[in-house]
Amino acid sequence: MNKTVNQKAWFLVLPVLLLVAFNAIIPLMTVVNYSVQETFGDNNFFWAGVLWFEEILRSERFHASLGRQLFFTFSILAIEIPLGVIIALAMPRKGVWVSVCLVLMAMPLLIPWNVVGAMWNIFALPDIGLLGNMLNGMGIDYNFTRQPVAAWATLLAMDVWHWTSLVVLLAYAGLVSIPDAYYQAAKIDGASSWAIFRYIQLPKMKRVLTIAILLRFMDSFNIYTEPFVLTGGGPGNSTTLLSIDLVKIALGQFDLGPAAAMSLIYFLVILLLSWVFYTLMMRNEE
Amino acid sequence: MSLELRQVSKNVDGETYIYPTDLRLEAGVFNILLGTTLSGKTTLMQLMAGLEKPTSGEIWFNGENVTSMPVQTRNVSMVYQQFINYPNMTVFENIASPLRVAKMQNSDIKNRVGKIAEILQISQMLDRRPSELSGGQQQRVAMARALVKDSHLILFDEPLANLDFKLREELRDELPRIFSERNSVVVYATTEPSEALLFGGKTATMFEGKVTQFGDTGEVYRQPNSLKTAQVFSEPPLNTAIVHKIGDVFKISDDVSWPVGQKYAQIPDGEYTVGIRPHHVYPHRMSDSNIAIEGVVQVAELSGSESMIHFRTMGNSWVSLSHGVHVYAAQEKTTLFADVANCFYFDANRKLITA
Amino acid sequence: MAKITLSNLRHSYMADPKDDADWALKKLDLEWEDGGAYALLGPSGCGKTTLLNIISGLLTASHGQILFDDEDVSLLPPDKRHIAQVFQFPVVYDTMTVYDNLAFPLRNRGIDEATVDSRVREVAEMTDLTSMLGRRASKLTADGKQKISLGRGMVRTDVNAILFDEPLTVIDPHLKFQLRSKLKELHDRVKRTMIYVTHDQTEALTFADKVVVMNMGEVVQIGTPVELFESPQHTFVGHFIGSPGMNVIPCEVHDGQAHLSGQRLETSNKADAGTTHAEIGIRPEFVTFSDQGLPAQVLKVSDTGRFNIVETNCAGNKIKLLLDEGSPIPSENAKIKFDAASTRIYVDGWLSGSEHRHE
Repeated sequence: MNKTVNQKAWFLVLPVLLLVAFNAIIPLMTVVNYSVQETFGDNNFFWAGVLWFEEILRSERFHASLGRQLFFTFSILAIEIPLGVIIALAMPRKGVWVSVCLVLMAMPLLIPWNVVGAMWNIFALPDIGLLGNMLNGMGIDYNFTRQPVAAWATLLAMDVWHWTSLVVLLAYAGLVSIPDAYYQAAKIDGASSWAIFRYIQLPKMKRVLTIAILLRFMDSFNIYTEPFVLTGGGPGNSTTLLSIDLVKIALGQFDLGPAAAMSLIYFLVILLLSWVFYTLMMRNEE
Repeated sequence: MSLELRQVSKNVDGETYIYPTDLRLEAGVFNILLGTTLSGKTTLMQLMAGLEKPTSGEIWFNGENVTSMPVQTRNVSMVYQQFINYPNMTVFENIASPLRVAKMQNSDIKNRVGKIAEILQISQMLDRRPSELSGGQQQRVAMARALVKDSHLILFDEPLANLDFKLREELRDELPRIFSERNSVVVYATTEPSEALLFGGKTATMFEGKVTQFGDTGEVYRQPNSLKTAQVFSEPPLNTAIVHKIGDVFKISDDVSWPVGQKYAQIPDGEYTVGIRPHHVYPHRMSDSNIAIEGVVQVAELSGSESMIHFRTMGNSWVSLSHGVHVYAAQEKTTLFADVANCFYFDANRKLITA
Repeated sequence: MAKITLSNLRHSYMADPKDDADWALKKLDLEWEDGGAYALLGPSGCGKTTLLNIISGLLTASHGQILFDDEDVSLLPPDKRHIAQVFQFPVVYDTMTVYDNLAFPLRNRGIDEATVDSRVREVAEMTDLTSMLGRRASKLTADGKQKISLGRGMVRTDVNAILFDEPLTVIDPHLKFQLRSKLKELHDRVKRTMIYVTHDQTEALTFADKVVVMNMGEVVQIGTPVELFESPQHTFVGHFIGSPGMNVIPCEVHDGQAHLSGQRLETSNKADAGTTHAEIGIRPEFVTFSDQGLPAQVLKVSDTGRFNIVETNCAGNKIKLLLDEGSPIPSENAKIKFDAASTRIYVDGWLSGSEHRHE
């Protein structure tokens, strides 16, 4: 076989390589650079080896924020995914209401993140906020600026309000792609609504749900703006998620080394968990 | 005009899609690629069009090597199995689109579209949108778009497969007429032997990435050079059996044998494969050259005027297709008659014995 | 298992149908015996899928009744009608194995596992799926999936009828032939009522004992394949069934006799007194070249392998002949003759002298 070998194709990949280098690899290498050095802010750098990594991994503060982060992420996944699927199932498949529902669903996604935080902050204020005032009026003692539980509840509610729509839209797209014949066959086979969901709708939604879970997982792990505006990580450190903690260390205390090390660990955790998620969900595919 | 493939092959990821192929196609006749799904028809057409580059070999058009010429500059048209039209354009604009790309004068466009629409009988529908048309009409629009420019090469990839039975019949009737006057190389891929026969012209039979035979359609049908060609070009499937030539008899089993006859007298004794087309197996004795075959009926399918009898005999599944209505029960034992004057013999290499 | 009766059935997708064209299905009375093989045959948009959906219960007819035996099921939902259906595009439960797919309709009905197992294995054997029972259904090819769909219908013992909606559409052409004869064989074996919807005359005629030919929402003729071929009640049936279809030639009528270019034609039926214009219907199979007859000019000969289709021009009419492989075709001064017993007069499309509906 006289296969022609042509290496010119590599030049075509070059622009992409350069672009990725500038916006991902070079900044990342800067972070790696910081993470293995000690600096006192006057542009003097000393080799520190894996010191910062050891320190971060041993630090209770890091453990606590990682724990809070994981709790946050799994809580919102546990709420948003089933809720999104339920809403998608309840939405009409045909008729004029389809577009109305879709527009309503898309609304929260269009609002800038800091505005969402500010909105909920005002909405939940115990004295003048609609939600806070109402809850207190009903006899529930609620103050998210003072009570950790209330702060968490508000934080989760805000995220659910903001992002469930994304899951709904993806799940809905999966649902409408199922041909009518499947439902008809299931009716004829005498399948219950649960069986229809379990054996037709869920398998057909699997791909989009995988995407939804991955997106929500990564986004929630990176979340910063909204909790920062809403609670600022408080009361105390009770809602200090990883990203907020990172910014505190890097900009508040200007500990560039530990902050860089933490960033990398943070990055690796996301990468690892995403990979685990993906393989788990795709395992049954083959 | 002519299109020539010289030792053209195509490999993808170590898998051979097309084995080295030589083929010379001329304008003025219908060139048919006949083969089952995945036999390589579509790949071969994509190579001809320039949509795919051959792994090896050259493609020549009118004495010019066009192997590395991109499809945009080759003046090729293609019609697919799916009805591909621009949904938001009227039928007129759909047909006119290749001419607009070629920056033709408005008046010329009108002229040409009008002419081609008339030939394809869609003049009444020029203002409508494709979605308002029936499947048959949509495919006519797609064909008109392929025909409106003077393409040097027109490729049809099973264009009638998605149409109603009767519409297929209608278009089959019209297509050769439309092309008879054009000076372009026309290639038509189909899975149906009957379609190839109706179009006539020339046929290349394909099997697993190889062109097994190329020639006048009737000749390929009546003189298949190999068992594979005969099988590809037989519908219902070709009946086959292992036969032994012993002296002056062909013998399938102790019960089934027949005289070798003058024509094959010279071939050496040994094992051969005999192939008989289903319409040469009858429920009743039709002539002296018929031999009796015992079989067990699996199912008999009766259309209004013909009977198709599926039966098991000598360890094989055979089919008989005959005039008239012949009723059989499943599992019924019966005797059918094969016309050995109309059969093919293939040697150990599965090549036709032409003695 | 039941006899299916359609009584005075009509359907329109519009709320207030006025025009004839507003009815997707015009008035229909039909009786299907238990255990028969039936086909609904017609071009796209003739109403055959509408009728099928009404029978299965996926659609409720706007007028009329459907009876299974003597029970009125017109308003019952699909799962209460005990109907199975094989769709155009294969429907399988992707996450289940072939075995679980076949077992699904039984398990949904709370049948014990021992019975489920024996039924599933029996059906798998009939549909040649035994070796694939443990495989994931999504891994099968289109024809395998269609067998699963069919198997899910056959596995139930309470099924009144199995419906097929153009089941061979997505099957590879060289496998179509096999699956088609497999369906026929299965019907012969299990003797369930099967109703097969298609636009393909070959599929309909080979599968069914009785074919319902439909056009524009109306039943044109119901008959055995032989009846449809030999005595079409309407020129549409003559054209639609047979390949090529029946020759339909305009003719003049004098005293109930058909005349073509001044010559009187022998026909098997007569036109009513007073008819002046009509059509002659004659199948290409029954036209032959002969020494005497109507002069005709050979326009085109198509070799189909088994036959030659000869297209002739006879006094301005296109007439096709179907001749066996090897029959002689005159090159000039050809004359064609019609077989009198198969030559019929049609008035307004309908066979003259027969009872038919005029609306």
